[in-house]
Amino acid sequence: MTQSHSLTATGPAQPARFRLDREGWISLGLLLILVVGASVAYLAGENFFVNLASRMVIIALAGVGLNLALGFGGMVSFGHAAYFGLGGYVAGIGAFHAFDMTPALGIPFLPNGSDQMIPLWLTAIALCGLLAYGIGRLSLGTSGVYFIMITLAFAQMIYYFAISWPTYGGEDGLPIYIRNQLWGLNTNNSLVFFFLCFGLLLAALSFCHRLLGSRFGAALTMARLNPVRLATSGVEPRPVKLVAFVISGMITGLAGALFADLNGFVGTSMLDWHRSGEIMVIVILGGVGRLYGPVAGAMLFVAMEFWLGGLTEYWQFFLGLVLLAVVLFARGGVFGLLSGRSRHE
Amino acid sequence: MTLSLLFEQLLNGLQLGTMLFLMASGLTLVFGVMGLINLAHGSFYMTGAFVTAWVTGTTGNFWVGLLAGTLAAAAVGALVEFAVIRRLYHRDHLDQVLATFALILIFSEGTRWLYGSSPLWLNVPDSLAGSVILPFGVEYPLYRLAIIGMGVLIAIGLYLLISRTRLGMRIRAGENDREMIGALGVDISTLYTLVFALGAGLAGLAGATIGALQSVQVGMGEPVLILAFVVIVIGGIGSIKGALVGALLVGVVDTLGRVLLPDLFKLFMEASAASGVGAAIASMLIYILMAIILIFKPNGLFAVKH
Amino acid sequence: MNEAVLSIQNLNKRFGALHATKDVSINVMPGEIHALIGPNGAGKSTLIAQIAGTLAPDSGTLWLDGQSLDSLSVAERARQGLGRSFQVSSLAESLSVRRNVMMAVQALQGSSFRFWKPVNSDASLREPADAVLAQMDLGHRADTPVAELSHGERRQVEVACALALKPKILLLDEPMAGLGPEGTAKLTTLLETLKHQVPILLIEHDMDAVFRLADRISVLVAGEVIAHGDSDTIRNDPNVREAYLGDDHAESA
Repeated sequence: MTQSHSLTATGPAQPARFRLDREGWISLGLLLILVVGASVAYLAGENFFVNLASRMVIIALAGVGLNLALGFGGMVSFGHAAYFGLGGYVAGIGAFHAFDMTPALGIPFLPNGSDQMIPLWLTAIALCGLLAYGIGRLSLGTSGVYFIMITLAFAQMIYYFAISWPTYGGEDGLPIYIRNQLWGLNTNNSLVFFFLCFGLLLAALSFCHRLLGSRFGAALTMARLNPVRLATSGVEPRPVKLVAFVISGMITGLAGALFADLNGFVGTSMLDWHRSGEIMVIVILGGVGRLYGPVAGAMLFVAMEFWLGGLTEYWQFFLGLVLLAVVLFARGGVFGLLSGRSRHE
Repeated sequence: MTLSLLFEQLLNGLQLGTMLFLMASGLTLVFGVMGLINLAHGSFYMTGAFVTAWVTGTTGNFWVGLLAGTLAAAAVGALVEFAVIRRLYHRDHLDQVLATFALILIFSEGTRWLYGSSPLWLNVPDSLAGSVILPFGVEYPLYRLAIIGMGVLIAIGLYLLISRTRLGMRIRAGENDREMIGALGVDISTLYTLVFALGAGLAGLAGATIGALQSVQVGMGEPVLILAFVVIVIGGIGSIKGALVGALLVGVVDTLGRVLLPDLFKLFMEASAASGVGAAIASMLIYILMAIILIFKPNGLFAVKH
Repeated sequence: MNEAVLSIQNLNKRFGALHATKDVSINVMPGEIHALIGPNGAGKSTLIAQIAGTLAPDSGTLWLDGQSLDSLSVAERARQGLGRSFQVSSLAESLSVRRNVMMAVQALQGSSFRFWKPVNSDASLREPADAVLAQMDLGHRADTPVAELSHGERRQVEVACALALKPKILLLDEPMAGLGPEGTAKLTTLLETLKHQVPILLIEHDMDAVFRLADRISVLVAGEVIAHGDSDTIRNDPNVREAYLGDDHAESA
């Protein structure tokens, strides 16, 4: 269930396929809470809470993307809002042109916009992959603080570009009037949409699980733990990291597309550097380098946002205090606290 | 585009560069000496502006306000260093980023709590109001000119501080060898607090002076902080000289790009599209500059060895 | 061109005024242990860095089995058959011994961009890794995290990682450093058997081990090779005695 078996040396040599350790049980419990919570809320007619669960799932998905780069690849990207926002804008712009029945981006030989989720998702994933490739190529030549600042700066570049590009709302953002469609499903139904998102989260989690256990995962782990050893073994660390960075951006971009559809709106707030910080916070709150960490982190974050946000307008003040306490005193995040083990590394 | 307009914009670029230098020099000092990446540096900028606006409003004297704002930022910096930052020196950069990100949330929301969301206003002092006539017939605001002058003085002051004083000698020693300076018997934690407070004070001064040109509001430090990051990435993290060159480069390129690019695009596009595309590209220009410099100099123009 | 496996020809490296590597030429022949000795500051580390590919020489060429290494990166040199160990062991501490060795096997198979099949159940990775570990007498430690190993065992793991690459040459950087007499003896025996499998360029401080093991010795002083030859030649070379053996005791501390 967890990747820790395949990553740490103390685990059994063969993956324990049908046996769950404590971390595995916690992960399963979190997923169950989401499903049961959303279903019960739906039956009780509380669409607000179904959407809250969808929000948790989508933000968790964004975190799963970042975790691949940050937790497993050791690349502290402070610019994942770029992919989250780009994914969102793909969904928004596609719907915008589908609504207008005009070609995508207004460029005549491009196909018309689309309100179908599958092509929108694929476009979001492809474009985010390209963007991550460009940013990764430039940023991975550096390390440490440089990498953090450069990824932040490039994300900021995208942010300012979106603000000053008037066609798609600029600072005001772009509404999605009708939620994008998927085959015959009623995506406007909150529970249907929840399960769509949940299915994608599960798919991303199992994809990452396979990936990290594979040869590529072994190389990525080594690139994080000891790049000198990896190179001495005959594998260039940089391409390995770059591929992981690209996949990471793709997953976060997919989450962005879903987020735009959830809110019926895409705006520059999805590209804001606070968003990059939030996605990072989610990964850290859950526990860095744990596959299900972002799920725990997103649930905690959205719950705090809802609960504290209901108590006070200044809830981020308390979020700051909680985050500070976690960084200074509880470095393993939720998983570290619950499973009684400190963070990997 | 007339020569006088170009000259005026060049001065505006220098003025922006001056502000960026005040921010970037603190960031780069703190990184060079303590190895710490501090996202909350923009909060000191905001603190300086708020305290200056508040004290100026209460006393009616801008200069008292400016002094109070700068000192308050330095004091808050020292306090934050003492309470939080010094626990982070031995942590990895990820922990530093997160903890200082948390500090931003605390500062921004705390300030909003205290002062509300509507901006405060701070006026240019009477003695610096009005304009002067410069070469090329440019009528330029005296206050902005004074900012540039202040920046030059501070750059010289920092240079003298670091190259001529005991504190500067210790800073340089700390940059080269952290173990060594402890072995020499220098009280390292006091040194760190001083350096951090110095950086915070410079940021506060920048916020206070800019506060008179723009509105004083929550979050005002963040765009400047990110520009300052671009500056020190270009200049080379840890290098004061790099911060100076990077700040002027970013200030001038950003300002001129916003003026010149839309006109440039008008040469081969129709006017409304040109101004849109020009503005969009201009907003990305310094990041493109950063990318190009990184391709050739991955550690910045004045790379510091660590 | 000659029949040497590793041929270092006229290597030069300057750092400002310091001529750290001065026209160094060394040939390592098949089946031999070639030792490189020299006092501290002789430029051994600089030379190793240039062979391994972390530092570019100012001039000179390197050949491995007839292939030029000059334009190759560290990883490409490893794939060409340059296996090395480090003076300060460089392994992934939290991973098991086997996982460290499997990395080299995986690289040898040229397959790090496979994203699906789990490595843990992959016999084509495990078996060659376990075979090397058995050869190094480390089979019982395969599942132990490197962090729990003794100093000597880490050295062995480093050599195992290098061997798993099926190298054409082994570059061992002070493998005896920090080992007790027992560990040194064990490693010495191992290297004696290994040299028939793969020639070794041995950088070593421990003079007893060098004189016992080395078929030929090159002495590096102030960036320059001042003597070449077998143990007896080196032992009796007046230049070497003056430059090196005279302060052997101060040196080995």
